[in-house]
Formats: sequence, C-alpha cells, structure tokens
Amino acid sequence: MRDVAVVGVNMLKFGRYPDKDVITLASEAALAALKDAGCSIKDIEIVVSGNLYQSNAMIGQRIMKEIGATGVPVINVANACATGSTAFREAYMSVASGAYDVALAIGCEQMGKMGLLGAEGANREYSTEGVMGTGLMPGVFGQAGVEHMRKYGTTQEQFAKIAVKNHEHGVLNPHAQYRKETPIEEVLNARVIAWPNTLYMCCPTGDGAAAAVLMSAEKARQFTSKPVFVAASVLTSDPYTSRNPAMFDINTLTKNAAREAYEKAGLGPEDLSMVELHDCFATAELLHYENLMLCGEGEAGKLIDDGETYNGGKIPVNVSGGLLSKGHPLGATGVANIVEIVWHLRGEAGDRQVKGAKAGLAHVIGLGSACTINILKK
Amino acid sequence: MAQETATEKKVNPIVPFLRIPEKYPEEPAYFWGVKCACGAKFLGARTACGSCGATDKFEEVRYGGDGEIYVFSVVHQTVPGLEAPYVAAIIDLDDGVSVRANVYGLDPLKPNPEWFGKRVKMFTEKIRVDREGNDIIAAKFRIQS
Repeated sequence: MRDVAVVGVNMLKFGRYPDKDVITLASEAALAALKDAGCSIKDIEIVVSGNLYQSNAMIGQRIMKEIGATGVPVINVANACATGSTAFREAYMSVASGAYDVALAIGCEQMGKMGLLGAEGANREYSTEGVMGTGLMPGVFGQAGVEHMRKYGTTQEQFAKIAVKNHEHGVLNPHAQYRKETPIEEVLNARVIAWPNTLYMCCPTGDGAAAAVLMSAEKARQFTSKPVFVAASVLTSDPYTSRNPAMFDINTLTKNAAREAYEKAGLGPEDLSMVELHDCFATAELLHYENLMLCGEGEAGKLIDDGETYNGGKIPVNVSGGLLSKGHPLGATGVANIVEIVWHLRGEAGDRQVKGAKAGLAHVIGLGSACTINILKK
Repeated sequence: MAQETATEKKVNPIVPFLRIPEKYPEEPAYFWGVKCACGAKFLGARTACGSCGATDKFEEVRYGGDGEIYVFSVVHQTVPGLEAPYVAAIIDLDDGVSVRANVYGLDPLKPNPEWFGKRVKMFTEKIRVDREGNDIIAAKFRIQS
C-alpha cells in the first residue's frame, strides 16, 4: 500500500434544506472540495458516494451527471451511520492500492424531520417495539450507557456532561446545525427520550453533504503544499459476542478498529491532537473514550469530570460540536469528520482551531455494526 | 346455502423463536433455539454458527423463562400508538441466551441501578390481532416476587 493524501475537502453546513434535493447538496460539496484541491472533475479517476436512505437510487452517478459525467467508475456505498466514512475508506483503498491516483469521496443525506430512526415501519402488526424491548436508537444506546453504569457506577450526570461539552463546542462551528449552549440543568431537565438519554443527549436528524479529494502522495505534490496524510484507514464489523444481536455491541468492534488503526499509523492515543468520534448519543461518546484508549477501562467518567475532552484539554473530543450539535445527516457524517480534522491540521478551523494540531482520529459506528477509524496526520 | 366457514384463526408468535404449542394456553409458550457444539447458543434457527462457523453441530434446545435483568433503558418517545414509558431491558436467561424484553413490575419513572440483576420470569399474552384475524402472542417479563 502506498501513501495517500487528502488534498481537498469541504462540507455544507448541516441543517435543513427543504428547497434543495440531495443531489444538489452533494454536488455543491463535491465542487467545493474539488476547488479546494485545485483540481477539476476531469482529474478524478474514481468516485465513491455514500448515501443511506436513497442507496438504491444511484446517487453517485446522478451527482456526476450534475457536475461532470466523465464516465469514470462510480461506487455507491451504504453502511448505516458509517456510510460516509466507508465511502472515504473505499476511495482511500482505491488510491492506496495503486489502482488510481485521484479519487473523490462524497457523503450526502437528506433526512428532513424524519424523527426516530427505525420508528418508520415499526407500526407493523408483528413489530416487537415496545412489546419485547426496544430497537429504537435512543433506547439501544441508552442500554449501552446503562451497561457502563452497571460496570463502573457511571451516572446520568456524567453522560449529560458530554452533551454540555459538545453543544458548547458547536457554538464556535459555523457548519453546525445547532449553535446553542445547553447548561447541565437544561440537559438533565429536558424531556427523556430513552433513559438515561434526554433530548439534548440525542443527535438531531438533518440534511448535509461533505466531500474529500484523495491523491497518491506523489500526485498530491502537484496540487498542494499542505497535504494531510491518511496514516490509517480501518473498517471492522462486530465479532461474535454472546449477547449480540439481542444487545448490539458497539464496544468490541471499536476496540478492534482502534488497535489496528494505531498499529498501522505507528501512533498511539497520546500522539493525537484531537478526536472526532461517533456521539450519536451522549452515552456513546463516554464509552468510546475507553474504546479508543483515550483513558483506561472504567476511567471515562473521570475524563469528562476533569474536562479533559474540551478544546484545550488533554485530548479534545468533538470540537466540531459532534453529532449532538453539528448534526448527523447519516451519509454525510463520516466524510464531514474527515473534513473537520483536515481543517484543523491545516490550521484553518477558525475560532475552534485546536492549537498546534498534528494528528487527528475520526471514528464512526454504523449500528448492526460497522466501525471505521481514520487517522490523519500532517 | 350456508357459506363456507372462514378459515380457522391461528395463534401466531410475534417472533420466530417463541414457540406456541398446539394446546396453548393450557400448555405455555416457550423460547427455543439452537446450541452449537462450540457452546454458542442462539434464539431460533441458524444456518450456521455465528461463533465458530460450523454448519452441522446444532441441536435444538428449549429455553426456560427464568432470568435476570442485565441492562435496561426506559423508552419515553416511541412510535405512535404505543403506551410509554416502558422498561426495555436485555434479559440474560438462566439457560445462557439473552433476549430483548419489556419488564413489568418496576416504576418506569424511577430507573434505578438496583434493577441490575433483578430476577424476572417470562409470561406470554395476546398483544394484537393481525389483518387476517390471527392472534399475535408476545413474550414479556415480570419481576419475580
């Protein structure tokens, strides 16, 4: 495998775009990333497009018809919430393998106000929802958090602190869907969605798009003096554990991915300047502190208590605002957190810039499950 | 002429791993599954073992309805038409498999770490009728007194 650089990135502010369709959103992000890379669609040799809810609708090819149908290979990817990050990884693999020199990864999604994921269709007469437990995401991730409570005595307040932090971070991010602080009383007093997760501890639905241009290190030199390198790009699925699938296991596959990514990158968690991780719910972020080895087993509660994951702390996590504040248009999410890290490594992240950022880790989980970890470095 | 009588209504389980005997409810419904020679246990049928990959080492097993609460959430916001809040738990059955379940006999407004490990017992009841008029039976759990 050869070295791969991310040369151009961009994203649309996450939010709601009722007057645009998903192809328009994706096209705008793709063109902005091409411009950032200083290249044109004619330089792109392969396109990987991530979109979940319209994954049967040839989104990638439709984007190409909008921005330049050059006839190159186009791959459409769906991998639950890890859709965008899987698209990025496929683009990375295409270049790292030596098959192509320049690849474009696009992630897009238009969710509108679709509400609870999985609730659609759960009304069928043989649906088990609310009869035999829950399969709705807030409850599933609620249970994952409660498992941490059981093991380590973690409290709802500690989970709530994650939401406080990420909303505070989001205020400084012009690309975030929500830019409003939520003090801890507000988080704890908000209506419960699925205990221990209250409203502000759940990410919103929304629309968005993000794109990245990847090149071989050699090719990248022709286009940029500030390449960001992909130090590791890892994808795992969930190995057998005895309670899965009754209880989804979001931990084992993340731990496996982290171990592999650190090894491939030749870096450890202590070398990271920042982490963008999959905080679909506040409970999830706390678990991933341990899964990504940002602290020891059972120490995640203390890490947030000590404020070490704020921007300026020992290891800033989700300075973009994370999914909780920045938003989570499924297919766009995984590409957008690559975009975020690239901006920081280039020193272009504005008010939220992580000082002296040298290396960053992007983590995504798609339930069912897929986990991607991409480590980027200067 | 008398019209032909409608097809006899059936009693259907909500999930394939809940088995309803012919003489239900006199004979209770129960969870069933397969056990692989490697030790892995599953609810319902499997094409191959999710743990070791073996295809020919399964034996069918009937699981008892006793177990304990491993973890839980309390779901407040849910699909329209469902009664909420409800305690949605993962139950570890004594026979070595885990199942998603609603648990009754706890105050959903007071979620509590004391619920961990609480003993529960399975019961079944009719929850809905399907569009063909068949009864749908679900398995639920209540706290053992």
